[in-house]
Amino acid sequence: MHSYRTTSIQKVFTYMGLSGLAVLILAGFTASFLKSAGLFLGLGLISLGVIGYTFSSYSGLPQGIKNNGVWYRSLTSRGIVAWVVGVILTAFYVILYFYPEHLEGLIRLFDPLSEGLSGKKASQWFVYGVLYTLAIVLFGIKFIVKYKHSKYQKYRTYSVIFFQTIFAFLIPEMMARLNGDLPYYDLKSIWPLNYYLFDGYQLDGFLQNGSLGTALLIFGILSTLIITPILTYKFGKRWYCSWVCGCGGLAETAGDPFRQLSDKSLRAWKLERWMIHLILVWVFISTVGVVYSYLLQAPNSYLLGPKTFLLSVSFVFSLVVGLILWKRRDWLAKDAQSSAIAISSVIVLLLGFFFFSESDRVLFIPSYQIRSAYGFFIGSIFSGVIGTGFYPILGNRVWCRFGCPMAAILGIQQKLFSKFKISTNGGQCISCGNCSAYCEMGIDVRAYAQREEPIKRASCVGCGICSAVCPRGVLRLES
Amino acid sequence: MDEKIVIIGNGIAGSTLALQLAEKGAASVTLISDESSYFFSRTALMYVYMGHLTKEQLEPLSRESWDQSPIQRVKAQVSSISSEEKKLSFRTNDGDVKQLAYDRLVIATGSRPAFYNWKGQEAEGVLGLYHLSDLEKLEKWAANASACPEAVVIGGGLIGIELCEMLLSRQIKTTLIIRESFFWSSHLPESDAQLVEKHIQSHHLNLIKEDELLEISTDETGRVSSIQTKKGETFSCNLVGITTGVRPNIEFLKTSGLELDTGILVDDYLKTSDPSIYAIGDCAQLRNPLSNRSAIEPVWYTGKLMGEILAQTFSGQPVPYNPGIWYNSAKFFDLEYQTYGKVRPKASQPESEQHFYWETDEKAMTFAYDKTSGAFLGINTFGIRLNHRIVSSWIEKAINIQEVIDRLEEAHFDPEFSHRYYNQIKHAFVQNH
Repeated sequence: MHSYRTTSIQKVFTYMGLSGLAVLILAGFTASFLKSAGLFLGLGLISLGVIGYTFSSYSGLPQGIKNNGVWYRSLTSRGIVAWVVGVILTAFYVILYFYPEHLEGLIRLFDPLSEGLSGKKASQWFVYGVLYTLAIVLFGIKFIVKYKHSKYQKYRTYSVIFFQTIFAFLIPEMMARLNGDLPYYDLKSIWPLNYYLFDGYQLDGFLQNGSLGTALLIFGILSTLIITPILTYKFGKRWYCSWVCGCGGLAETAGDPFRQLSDKSLRAWKLERWMIHLILVWVFISTVGVVYSYLLQAPNSYLLGPKTFLLSVSFVFSLVVGLILWKRRDWLAKDAQSSAIAISSVIVLLLGFFFFSESDRVLFIPSYQIRSAYGFFIGSIFSGVIGTGFYPILGNRVWCRFGCPMAAILGIQQKLFSKFKISTNGGQCISCGNCSAYCEMGIDVRAYAQREEPIKRASCVGCGICSAVCPRGVLRLES
Repeated sequence: MDEKIVIIGNGIAGSTLALQLAEKGAASVTLISDESSYFFSRTALMYVYMGHLTKEQLEPLSRESWDQSPIQRVKAQVSSISSEEKKLSFRTNDGDVKQLAYDRLVIATGSRPAFYNWKGQEAEGVLGLYHLSDLEKLEKWAANASACPEAVVIGGGLIGIELCEMLLSRQIKTTLIIRESFFWSSHLPESDAQLVEKHIQSHHLNLIKEDELLEISTDETGRVSSIQTKKGETFSCNLVGITTGVRPNIEFLKTSGLELDTGILVDDYLKTSDPSIYAIGDCAQLRNPLSNRSAIEPVWYTGKLMGEILAQTFSGQPVPYNPGIWYNSAKFFDLEYQTYGKVRPKASQPESEQHFYWETDEKAMTFAYDKTSGAFLGINTFGIRLNHRIVSSWIEKAINIQEVIDRLEEAHFDPEFSHRYYNQIKHAFVQNH
């Protein structure tokens, strides 16, 4: 038996946190149990548990890397505990998305909190939002204490905590209080991550709510088309994935103990490139289809007619792809060029389908069905059930790596025109492998460091952990 | 027919050479190792014991890519070489003795820990930290603090410190005994050494200076029970780590007829006294080392560089081995250390070498420069990362120390948002001069 076991103080705090969860579940099943006191008791116990665990683990220790025993602990090395946690998390997501009626008691427990914020009764999404935000805050604190020696790690964690609590959680609730008809809008959730931004009911919500609604819609479009490329040019995709995004925020905080579980094989890399780009195509087509069908319903009521919309989308799209292929023809790999051409042709073909059939059907499937299939398979099952539920088995960035269309776009931008790279420091690398092992995106960082080459990979989210765990000071994030 | 190249040893030197030859595709390459079937990173053994990495993560190349490569791998121990017949004999794991013919032979057998014939050094519980099997021994003898409450490590080099960190990570009470009056005094100036000592002691390492191992005592089962030192002290312990340096692993060449000294003597093209036999990595000893470098340098990057250089020679473009400006790095527990050029401790320091030492809060730098000309000779840096290429070029060009101090920020390699100490260093330098 090795000696990297949990100490008894750590166990006390673990049980405290678990008992908080138990209080919530019990209170949820038996509505009379403790009433609203149950909510605050439960959340309080969870918070005390995580904070206590953090300080019992790291306080008094010298500053530095804290990876002792990672591959010996059941939770962090795909042991029994990992599977149990994975199954429970997955079950939670399945119930949340598909059987929320079983959560009725739990949801009612959150009513006082929801009413205090937005004046509305709680929904399943409010409960999820509270727990999600709490997880980022609490495990964010744990992460900050763990990496107290690294300002880069601390600052980006302050940042994800800020964006989650203020932008994803508080502002939308406040907006609902100010103007109940405005759609729920997390300003930092950018299309295509926010794939429902242009759904009919959302557009109605924006367009029927005066200048504030219109401003929000314009901000949404500008985020994707202008703000995103500029920030990615300057800083790399990390500005979003590791500093702002809520999915990234959860992965970096609650998911941090699982980063070493990402698949480093060549197969995984190939799969990643296919999946993430096909999902991007899917969300693109379904969004265009949904907007097109929205415009078709009342062809003359908006500035943009349905056909003009399609033509301008096709024009801008072809222009961008053409420009990229021409500008980067010298160093873009052959297979990247040919798949880019193939995929864009398919996209233009599908847009042509809309145009000439004068309906919103793609190969006879209505676009709202394509959109709702996307919502089901990608938005719910992939990002939630697999992406988070499987943290302890597949690692913390499965969604970001294989599924997120936003990461795909940012990755293309990062590869093509960003100033971001990870520099390697001459011959100092000793090939130890810590960088590759702790890369949550499954990049074989060591392979680049050994060849003394800078790392410019589309998938790199710039978390900076490779640089932190390197015992020889070889890696430096730069932009 | 393709030329038959046989390489003994699949460490960084042998594997680099084999991979580069395979890439060029001109020769048939056989790689022999008795230690492991796949190339692994020896420098990271500590991280497996400490649970940071799995054993497989030590391997820089996937097993699949080795299996698919044209390189033939043989797991066997080479017992002798016959240079007249151009043949070697090896013993496989099953005990079979076989022979293999070569056109060109490369010896890349690395080092082994140096043991100095102490009484009891063969006992259960005595080990070095070098071989893959040392990990298994550690798991057997020092799995945790109840199986092994106390350990003693002899010799304070880089491997010694690593072994101490490993044992302490499993709450094993560890004592490090060094012969010198301060830590790693063969390489570090005293002020640097004091910084390191302070740091390692803050990690609860018991550091004993100016004493040496005399003998090792065992209990009735043959397991280590204590050690005695030359000063007459007794330390009870369940494990003894011997980290008093390494020496070239060349026992099996005693009868080969090759010219040997401490290592296998090689010329600038890494050729031994036999024109069809070469030696690279830790086991090679240069006949004419550069003035600022040693004849034997058991470090990772020189092994890699020798492998690359020899691959070029074998493909018809012979290049002499030239490792350039000396550099190295290490991590003492949480304290990162990089060194570039020459920063010599008092004992080996020429009259003309002057030092400027700056320290604050576990960050420190020692600058070495020529007293009269001010030419920059080298730098040790602790807790601050510097850019290898830039610092090396300053040493190469021997720019003035004042210029180094003024331009130091150009060599900045710490992570973003890290505190920049360069102005502080400038002020300290001005006050000193």
